[in-house]
Amino acid sequence: MSELQVKSLFASGHTACAGCGQSIAARLVINAAGSNTIIANNTGCLEVFTTKYPESAWRVPWVHSLFENAAAVASGIEAALIFQGKKDKISVIAQAGDGGTADIGMQALSGIWERKHDVLAICYDNEAYENTGIQRSGLTPYGASTTTSPSGAQSFGNPKLKKPMPEIANAHGIAYVATASVGFPQDLQRKVKKALSIKGPKYLQIHVPCPLGWGYPSSLTYQIAKLAVGTGLYPLIEYENGMLIGVRKISSKSVEEYLKPQRRFRHIINNPDELAKIQEIANNNIKKYNLVAEGN
Amino acid sequence: MFGPIIAKPGSSRKNKTGSWRIESKPKFLQSNCIACKLCILICPEGCIEGSQKNTFHCDFDYCKGCGNCASICPKQDIVMVKQE
Amino acid sequence: MKEFLEGSQAIAKVVSLCRPGVISAYPITPQTHIVEGLAQLVADGKLDSQFINVESEHSAASLVLGGSATGVRVYTATSAQGLFLMAEVLFNIAGMRLPVVLTCANRAMSAPISIWNDQQDSVSLRDSGLIQFYAENNQEAVDLHLIAYRLAEDKDVMLPAMVCIDGYILTHGIETVDMPTQEEVDKFLPRYQPPYNLDVDHPLTLGFLADPDYYMETRFAIQETYKEIVKFMPQLFEQFSSAFGRSYNFVEKYHLEDADKVIVAMGSVCGTIKDVVDELRKKGKRVGLLKIMVLRPFPNQQICNALKGISRIAVLDRALSLGSIAPLASEIKASFFGKKKAPKIISSFIAGLGGRDITKDSIKEIFRQLNQKEITGNFIDLKPELLQAPLETTLGNRSF
Repeated sequence: MSELQVKSLFASGHTACAGCGQSIAARLVINAAGSNTIIANNTGCLEVFTTKYPESAWRVPWVHSLFENAAAVASGIEAALIFQGKKDKISVIAQAGDGGTADIGMQALSGIWERKHDVLAICYDNEAYENTGIQRSGLTPYGASTTTSPSGAQSFGNPKLKKPMPEIANAHGIAYVATASVGFPQDLQRKVKKALSIKGPKYLQIHVPCPLGWGYPSSLTYQIAKLAVGTGLYPLIEYENGMLIGVRKISSKSVEEYLKPQRRFRHIINNPDELAKIQEIANNNIKKYNLVAEGN
Repeated sequence: MFGPIIAKPGSSRKNKTGSWRIESKPKFLQSNCIACKLCILICPEGCIEGSQKNTFHCDFDYCKGCGNCASICPKQDIVMVKQE
Repeated sequence: MKEFLEGSQAIAKVVSLCRPGVISAYPITPQTHIVEGLAQLVADGKLDSQFINVESEHSAASLVLGGSATGVRVYTATSAQGLFLMAEVLFNIAGMRLPVVLTCANRAMSAPISIWNDQQDSVSLRDSGLIQFYAENNQEAVDLHLIAYRLAEDKDVMLPAMVCIDGYILTHGIETVDMPTQEEVDKFLPRYQPPYNLDVDHPLTLGFLADPDYYMETRFAIQETYKEIVKFMPQLFEQFSSAFGRSYNFVEKYHLEDADKVIVAMGSVCGTIKDVVDELRKKGKRVGLLKIMVLRPFPNQQICNALKGISRIAVLDRALSLGSIAPLASEIKASFFGKKKAPKIISSFIAGLGGRDITKDSIKEIFRQLNQKEITGNFIDLKPELLQAPLETTLGNRSF
């Protein structure tokens, strides 16, 4: 085993699809967090592709219980560590996909934020229930065709906007809220480290493109992640105690560039009205967070 | 009696996912490399290693051939070639 | 020391003597007094524990799962709907082999909503992997918690255990209880030493995905563990008896020696049945009671031995399996299937649902109906007049 493999807390040999954005993010997260970390993981792709018995990709203590309860389990881990007098040395992460975070896991997550547990909640946002076959979640973007929000003669795909999770997190008055993307791996790792340096509840939402669910070649994961940010559709923002402390500036590419390689938006590309609606979502983000760098 | 209730850390390495590669695989040209390590960061398998310039390579036991290392390389020093 | 206590306060006190490091619960009647008592003990600095109020029973169970997986003794309590909101997590805790101990303050299941006692809630979770104890009185409620922790945390067991206490009847009933001292409890129940836990120095993966090549063995292993529990529990009861001077077993036999009519029951109703047995015995009736204290593991052998040669058995369920024979009756019948000395009659009675009192007269009625004919699922103290109103009357003018 090489030095790198010894150091990585997320071992090779997991069974994620080739080019899986979530597997990139999960490895970046745990390697930034370090070995003194305990993870509670919701049900989902990540749990399935990293822990198919008798194998496990994790080199930190890791527990999966159910689809909706990683946050509550993590708060129990934190409470037990406090009781054992070990909490100061150990970080606790509760991680889930977008469905496990914004839909079925929302109540438990709100609970740990309100109770101010020292837990970093991570949402790996691949914008649908990919593990069960690409069904719509509360974080599926407007217009995306999924197996339960299919496009058709009477449908332009998912008719709802993404649930504003960072705002919901901030409304709980928690210490740190940020979004990140596998398109910006160093920024992602910096945010994990920063979050864990702050005591109290933290929320990090990471955009993790899914080649299978979104319908693009696996080699494009990095580029697509970058384009989501670059178009303003997935703004990278960072809050401390509810105050916006940073945004990643962009040069504002047209959303078409991001949508075009993805099968889930195929029905949008030749529909100017729908395309305009998605461009407006990006424009609103650009305005709201002042995303465009001066001089562009 | 307990049966399977615990899995050992890092044991997924027993699973050689390199056999999944079908079309192409990365070739590390090792000529213009600046050791930025972005390929290491982006690799979903965590199977790229290297530290000095022009030393980076990947472990084909695990590489699934996704091509994101070639995509992220700022020097185009990784190219995808046809899988033999 | 003898103390005059409400059942919930007695349970709170004995749980605190067990020194759980993490306690979490969500309010539900009639369980609330237990965790209120624990919250006060923590607030008064009398119990060193992380007491965490959560936003649902699902999270309470999940939180203690996390605490237990980290290697700390934990506690939670609930009732009825709360137990069912926990149910998903409880199956999970059993499958993950974590020694969580909880109290179920037994209450009827909705709908209609009823905050009053029966045992439909816990009995319905008989297949979840939980060890289940049933207390007749508050002394047993106290003692069974000590036994539950010892058993659950045994390195050969590692399963969750639930102590079931009839809501209101015991939780809110005030009785004299012999409360053990901290020293006695510490001796009987040493600090929890987890055989496996979430530890950064020894990372393990818990709760993985098991495909068809592996899943079945995890369930088989629990079933085997239950067989082992049946074998070594008498020893545990023995140890409890020498530590605290009170003796328990899977079942309690009350005047079975020469009995020809016996009621089998669980929980607080056994106190009433004992009174009726005493009364009828004075009149020369050969009646008795078999009290079931442990529902899981189900003590088939002990039940069969206890009832061997008795001609008529009435099984009193304070629960039911809608669409089938009542749960306890069904399991007792199954236990006797093919046995030579099986009772001639095993009749099934259902009483006390949704808090309807099971009076001495109700018990006498069961003995009366326990004659030559086998009865399946007779409801005792039913009000037939309530069943007469046709739906049309209830709905008024609405036409069909």
